[in-house]
Amino acid sequence: MTHAIELKDLHKHFGQNEVLKGIDMTVDPGQVVCVIGPSGSGKSTLLRCVNLLEQPTKGQVFVKGVEVTHPDVDIDAVRRAIGMVFQQFNLFPHMTALQNVMIAQQRVLKRSKKEAEIVARENLDKVGVGAKCDALPGQLSGGQQQRVAIARALAMNPDLMLFDEPTSALDPELVGDVLTVMRKLAEEGMTMLVVTHEMGFAREVADRVVFMDGGVLVEDGAPAQVIGDPQQERTRAFLRRVLHPEE
Amino acid sequence: MADQPKTAEPARARLSPRQKQRISRGIQYAVLVAVLVVLVMYADWVSLAQNFAKPAVAQETLPDLFTIALRNTIIYTVSGFVIAFVAGLVLALMRLSQIRPYRWIAIVYIEIFRGLPALLIFIMITFLPLALPGFQVPFGTYGQVALGLGAIGAAYQAEVFRAGLQAVPKGQIEAARSLGMSATRAQFTVVIPQAIRMVIPPTTNQFVALLKDSSLVLFLGVSSEYVELAKFGNDLASQHSNATPIMVAGITYLIVTIPLGYLASRLEGRKGRNR
Repeated sequence: MTHAIELKDLHKHFGQNEVLKGIDMTVDPGQVVCVIGPSGSGKSTLLRCVNLLEQPTKGQVFVKGVEVTHPDVDIDAVRRAIGMVFQQFNLFPHMTALQNVMIAQQRVLKRSKKEAEIVARENLDKVGVGAKCDALPGQLSGGQQQRVAIARALAMNPDLMLFDEPTSALDPELVGDVLTVMRKLAEEGMTMLVVTHEMGFAREVADRVVFMDGGVLVEDGAPAQVIGDPQQERTRAFLRRVLHPEE
Repeated sequence: MADQPKTAEPARARLSPRQKQRISRGIQYAVLVAVLVVLVMYADWVSLAQNFAKPAVAQETLPDLFTIALRNTIIYTVSGFVIAFVAGLVLALMRLSQIRPYRWIAIVYIEIFRGLPALLIFIMITFLPLALPGFQVPFGTYGQVALGLGAIGAAYQAEVFRAGLQAVPKGQIEAARSLGMSATRAQFTVVIPQAIRMVIPPTTNQFVALLKDSSLVLFLGVSSEYVELAKFGNDLASQHSNATPIMVAGITYLIVTIPLGYLASRLEGRKGRNR
C-alpha cells in the first residue's frame, strides 16, 4: 500500500542549528497522526517539510508515493492536494470569509465563480461559520477565523491535511469549536497530520501519536501507549510537565 | 560659601512652581503682544495690501485661474502620479527581487532620483530631444511634465511600496503557497493588494508632493495654454507688477493640499484602529 506521507532520513538545518536529525516516519491514508513534543523539538518544521514550506536539507519526502523533494516535481501541484492550517490562521485580511475560501478555487483550480461559491458555502456551513460569509477576518473571533481557514483548505478537496498547532493561538473557550471540526474530519476519514498540545484530542482522535524531542522521533505508537504508557523517560518527563503543570 | 544656600533658599521659596509657571506664561504673552504691536505699527499695510491683495488684479486671474492653471496643475499631477505609482510598484518589486541585478538597478535608480533636485530632472528632460535626435516625448508638454514628475515620484513611491510589501506578514505568502498558488500569483492576489491598502496614507502625501513639484513647469518656458498655477501666477504678477496673482495661486494650492493632508491623516488613523 502507498503511504499518504512517507519521510525518509529527513534532516533540516537552519544555519548551524540542526532542527531535524534524520526523521523516518509514515502516515497511512485515512490515519490521524498527532505529533507532540516540547517547543523547539522540530514538530512544526517536520510538518512544514511535508508541503515544502521548508526545504529539507537532506532526505526525502513522499506524498502518495510521489517524491516531492525531487527537483523536477511541480510543487504547486503537490501543495494543491495538501491542505494546511496554521497556528496564526493566516486568512487574507482584505477578503471576506467567503472570498478567502473561493480565491484559490478560482485561481488555482480554475473553478467558475459560481461553482467556487457553492463549494465555499458548503464548506463554511460544514465548519459552522456559514452565517459569517460576508465578514472580514478582522470581524471574526479566533475560533471562527480558524474554522474559515479549515474551510479554505477543504474547498481544495485535499488528499490530506496538515495542522500546525491549530488551537495554540486561541482563547481557551474557543478551542473546543475548532477541535470539534477536526474530530468530524477525522471521522470522515481525512488523512491528518496534526502538531498539537491538546493531549485530550490526541488521545481520543489520533490513530497514532508521535513524540518528538531534540529533532528526533522518540516514540511512535497508539495513543494509549505513547500517552497512556510511555516507554521512554523523555516522553514521561514531557507528559508529566504537560498533564500536571502545577507539580 | 556655607552661607550662600541659606540666603538663596528663602529667595527661591518665595515663588511656588505654580507662580513660576504663571510668570513664564505672562512673559510669553508679553513677547507675542510686543511683536504684534511692532508689526502693526511699522508695516506699511496699505502698500502690502496693494501689492499682495489688490482686488482688481485678483479679478484679472479669473476665469483662467481655474479653467487653465488649476486644470493643468491637476493634469500634470495626476498623469505624473499614475506613472510614479506604476513605476514605483515595479521598482519596489525589483528592489525586493531574488535576482540581484534587478535589485541593483532599482537601488541605483531610487538613490539617483531621490538625490537629485527635481528642477535638474525637469531641465534634463527638456534636453532629451537634443541628446536623442528624432526623439519626442509623446503628448508634448503634458508628456514632458508627466515624465519628469513620474520619474521623481517613482523613486519615492518605490520606497513607500517597499515598506508596504515588507509589512505583509510572511504567513500570508505561506498560506497562499500552501493553497497551490505560484509565487507570482501569491504576490498579485495576496501580497500586493494588502500592501497597496497599507500605503494609501503615505501615497496621499506623495501625491501632494507631486502637486507642489508641478510648479517647476515655471522653468520650462511653456506656452500660455500649458501654464499651471505657479507659472500662471508668476506671469500675471510680472504683467501687473503686483504679487496678488501669486497669492491667489498660493491659496488655490492650499484649497487642494490641505484637504488632502487631512484625508491622509484620517486614513492613517483608521488604519491604526483596524490593526
